[in-house]
Amino acid sequence: MTLSPAEFYQRDREWHPPALTTGYKTSVARSPKYSLISLENTVSEITGPRFGHGDIDPLDKDMLHNYAADGQSAIGERIIIHGRVLDENARPVPDTLVEAWQANAGGRYRHKKDMYLAPIDPNFGGCGRTITDADGYYYFRTVKPGAYPWRNWVNSWRPAHIHLSVFGTAFAQRLITQLYFEGDPLIAKCPIVKTLPDPATVEQLTAKLDMNATIPLDTIAYKFDIVLRGRRSTLFENRLEGN
Amino acid sequence: MSDYLKETPSQTAGPFVHIGLAPGAAGFDIYDQELGGDIAGPNAAGERIRVEGLVIDGIGSPVKDVLLEAWQANAAGVYAHPESAGDVEDGFRGFGRVITDFDTGEWAFDTVKPGPVAGRSGSVQAPHINLWIVARGINVGLNTRIYFEDEVAANAADPVINLIEWEKRRATLLAKRSERDGQVVYRFDVCLQGDNETVFFDI
Repeated sequence: MTLSPAEFYQRDREWHPPALTTGYKTSVARSPKYSLISLENTVSEITGPRFGHGDIDPLDKDMLHNYAADGQSAIGERIIIHGRVLDENARPVPDTLVEAWQANAGGRYRHKKDMYLAPIDPNFGGCGRTITDADGYYYFRTVKPGAYPWRNWVNSWRPAHIHLSVFGTAFAQRLITQLYFEGDPLIAKCPIVKTLPDPATVEQLTAKLDMNATIPLDTIAYKFDIVLRGRRSTLFENRLEGN
Repeated sequence: MSDYLKETPSQTAGPFVHIGLAPGAAGFDIYDQELGGDIAGPNAAGERIRVEGLVIDGIGSPVKDVLLEAWQANAAGVYAHPESAGDVEDGFRGFGRVITDFDTGEWAFDTVKPGPVAGRSGSVQAPHINLWIVARGINVGLNTRIYFEDEVAANAADPVINLIEWEKRRATLLAKRSERDGQVVYRFDVCLQGDNETVFFDI
């Protein structure tokens, strides 16, 4: 008998936004109408891509400098985003890739399709990536992104946010989400935030000011833990491929 | 049990997903290497194939700001992961990441055709590529599977295909084989909505 991890816990679809959210207009023509077909995990779902330190550069996580000219730095409020990647069993998820992207301090993305009138910062690319350590810990250094207008309602504005992409150890854990900032009055008005079904889910996506991790006279820290799906443990042989 | 944590809820990848996951496509060069550009590597055994298609919305229009990720076994049916029994060829990652063309909506990746992989309870799954689709307007990434239309016997026995109650819908998972300039091409159009809505899975 071996103690081996087995299936992932069923994803709680009522904790995620539904596919069709009419207040977020773009979802209307891009949301499947039929129900998802529920699959029990096989080896195709419990495995997933793995990335190592050979895949990325240590500077990739420093968005203040990873696109800046020598001796230059991105313009804006200097912040640290830090926390742990955990699973639903509260166990750390080590060695997993976390990718981030965001607008600059003026709310402008470095993207050929972004036409917002706020200027590009020549020293800010707007993306970063890192791999969690043995305790599941990660951090990015960046500038606080600005709010920006977008075409949903005529006067829709996105709250300041950072997009995050996380892999975990299995394709079943793959996740993309957005981090918001504590105290931002635009959070409650945002049609994308409003796709979330429960106030507690909005709270979970809100990074908290962390004065203990703030570096005095230097950089403000926000704490944001990320939770991926957890797995059942069993005292029986893993049944995915046998019995 | 109240001490379980809740999974972080999903939010849309938005229109500028390329900045984070494919910055070259967003229009700038920042990383030494972008991830997911070479699925199989130079040493992988098996048939070299291209997989291509469109992602089509409920109006019938190609969606031009999609990011797709592929996860597949090698030709021997082994995933590049410690929980998959066996070894893969040096350089075989099994992971691919592509975006749709900003003008046409076409996406494509080159790889090797995967082999059959173990299913649950001693069953065998037909060759397939797992696909994950994110875009503006998609609130939670969509999972589907690319099967191959020429694997007739394996597909007929596949436990996942057979889980789909409506036989008509099973065809939405079958990539269509052709040859172009000596290259084997499989066509796999994804319909997010509409009469031919692709089967999506809750994995």
